[in-house]
Amino acid sequence: MLSRVANSLYWMSRYIERAENIARIVDVNLQLLLDLRNLNEERLAQHWRPIVQTTGDEQQFFQLHKKATGNAVTEFLVFQMENPNSLVSSICQARENARMVRDQITIEFWEELNRLYWFVKTPQARKTWNESPSEFFQQIKSSSLHLIGLSEATLIHNEGWWFSQVGKFIERADKTSRILDLRYQVPPEQAAPARNTQADASEADALEWSAILRSCSAWDAYKSLCGAQVSPKLVAEFLLFNEDFPRSVRFCVTELNRALRRISGVAEGRFCNSAEKLAGRLVAELQFSTVDEIFEQGLHFYIDQLQTKLNDIGGAMFDAYIFQKFNNLEDEIMVQQEEQQQQFRIRSERTEVA
Amino acid sequence: MVDDCGQIRPHYQQFRELFQALTRKEFENKRQSVDLAFLRQGITFNVYGDSAGAEKIFPFDLLPRIIPASEWEMIERGLVQRITALNLFLHDIYHEQKILSDGVIPPFYVLSGKHFRREFVNFNVPRDIYIHVCGTDLIRDDKGNYLVLEDNGRCPSGVSYVLENRRSMKRTFPVLFERAGVRPVEHYPQELLKMLQHISPVAGSTVVLLTPGCYNSAYFEHTYLARQMGIEIVEGRDLVVRDSRVFMRTTKGLQPVHVIYRRIDDDFLDPTIFRRDSMLGVPGIVQAYRAGNISLANSIGTGIADDKVMYYFVPRMIKYYLDQEPILPNVPTYLASEEADKKYILENLSKLVVKAANESGGYGMLMGPKATKAQVEDFRKKIVAEPRNFIAQPMISLSRHPTRVDGDYYFEGRHVDLRPYIIYGEKIVVAPGGLTRVALRKGSLVVNSSQGGGSKDTWVLYGDQ
Repeated sequence: MLSRVANSLYWMSRYIERAENIARIVDVNLQLLLDLRNLNEERLAQHWRPIVQTTGDEQQFFQLHKKATGNAVTEFLVFQMENPNSLVSSICQARENARMVRDQITIEFWEELNRLYWFVKTPQARKTWNESPSEFFQQIKSSSLHLIGLSEATLIHNEGWWFSQVGKFIERADKTSRILDLRYQVPPEQAAPARNTQADASEADALEWSAILRSCSAWDAYKSLCGAQVSPKLVAEFLLFNEDFPRSVRFCVTELNRALRRISGVAEGRFCNSAEKLAGRLVAELQFSTVDEIFEQGLHFYIDQLQTKLNDIGGAMFDAYIFQKFNNLEDEIMVQQEEQQQQFRIRSERTEVA
Repeated sequence: MVDDCGQIRPHYQQFRELFQALTRKEFENKRQSVDLAFLRQGITFNVYGDSAGAEKIFPFDLLPRIIPASEWEMIERGLVQRITALNLFLHDIYHEQKILSDGVIPPFYVLSGKHFRREFVNFNVPRDIYIHVCGTDLIRDDKGNYLVLEDNGRCPSGVSYVLENRRSMKRTFPVLFERAGVRPVEHYPQELLKMLQHISPVAGSTVVLLTPGCYNSAYFEHTYLARQMGIEIVEGRDLVVRDSRVFMRTTKGLQPVHVIYRRIDDDFLDPTIFRRDSMLGVPGIVQAYRAGNISLANSIGTGIADDKVMYYFVPRMIKYYLDQEPILPNVPTYLASEEADKKYILENLSKLVVKAANESGGYGMLMGPKATKAQVEDFRKKIVAEPRNFIAQPMISLSRHPTRVDGDYYFEGRHVDLRPYIIYGEKIVVAPGGLTRVALRKGSLVVNSSQGGGSKDTWVLYGDQ
């Protein structure tokens, strides 16, 4: 498989997953505001600012906007093309990558992605958004899930497909961890770190934690496992370590690890490149960690490290499969001319001998 | 569709009967759903210099152009004759140059050709085929004769629309198809692949399609063909040359490549040989080609046959190499570098169509009767300054075909041309039909997609009715 093609498939599904997760984050926060009372401007800013921080583009945000108001944040995260990670940008980039590998994906998949693209690119998107943001996000989410289903059920599960799986799960693990971190980016006095974990969270806290669950589609799964009581520790444990929930970090990293091994053919327990080494190590770590240990060192600190590890896996994979000494053009021309000269010299020497 | 006396031509009879059963509303619904399908499937072309809506669909008209079997048989023979002569011509001018020394074509015209590649004189191309894929533009004059307008012997595009148009028509009018007896076009990609394997320097070859990338106007077609043939589509940066061999960069390291169906012009192919600033090409690829380690389709140097001045000489080539009369005649053409012709051209500029010798896509053209005074004068200066670079032809009234238009009549005649596709491999194959392009603007004679053209499905019938 061409390295460029593998790269495009990876980014295509990564951007689709990114768009879906932005939809989840913003949607849940808009709904949350409906539940909160006594919202003054300061409180609102405290609500929105962490959301920008979660997505990791705070610097970019303040270049474009003065204050973290609701409108500014949603505009930045959803529509703004200047933000390369906004929802619409992500969909555009997913499609751009899909266009480059059009021969690798099925007509069904391509048509759906194209439909999504035209939906967000036409005035219809704004109209839907103005009438009902929730409906707008619903469309994005279901389109993304449709794409994931199409990928599963219509694409051939060959090497390229596994690259797209790597992209999807690395992004999902990253975003789940960021969503979980949302709660902790709130300034300390607001976010009373839940040291006292046995105690129930306050009513507002409970609302926020359940919002976090809902934004990962985890509400029902969590309830059936832990009951209706929402405690920070249990939520963190569920989203980080649950073995079977398809959006938990552990699940994603396990799948990511499996995909990497399907690409190389190397069995679990061994590795042939650093991406596999790092992924295998992270799986083990997630399998053998407990939530108590994590709360001791601080959830935010832990999540920060987790994200760095995920980035390292992505980087190592790029080095192993994609990045093969892409010479720049000038160098390549030099190499070729030297080679041609060399051959010319050999040829003329031969003629002299003859 | 209709003859001089207003009678429906026999091969349209059956189509009309079936078609009349449709109400206007049904037709309109079908039309809209086809447009939407095209957009969804991304069957679009990119428009240069238009960033807002960089992608457009190529408007598709649902009324097919129908060609009866006997007429097609004549076209097919004419095209085979022409591509055979052009290949013999290319072999000749890159080797013995007999046609020049025998005085059939003045040597000046060939040697001054912008796309004549001196570097490839005495080079033997694989299997001695130069033009592997050709998309010849045909028109019909007011008497119904088919004439050749130009030979596209470099990287002709548009065949994906032929295939996609057919697919849409089948989906939209399944019943019509069953009854009409239309020859299929779907095997084109297989024929193309067969040809590419035929020219390979080794057995068990790896074939790839080389594209300039996803910003090229024909990118949809490149991916489409690669997918249909089941081969990799590569960009210049995916390929690397080592020891005069071409490799592609894969996730498992470098893998050898043997045949390249390139959709990049000569000029951009290799920055070490041709344009130094080309970011699309592959440094060293020409060296690999010369060493015989890869085959290219089409071969390097076919551009000279696309030169509009060479077009003038094609009937002579047919006579010279094959000792036959051309089955498909040329449009009468005047060469600006012949004194008598130049005089005639300059005196009749406002009646003629003037074309630059090495432009395509409807660019660099003067439509005398429709041009302003300033445009005419501008061309006059250019022709006097560089006569080698211009030819002129009388304005041909292209045949018209009923086409759905906005307005009262709903269906009106619009000018059409026809581009059939010819593949030259082990044998010569002409895909039955081709791309019928239609000038959607009333009275317009320009059918190019970049300038307001659309397309129609082209039906070649098994019989004459």
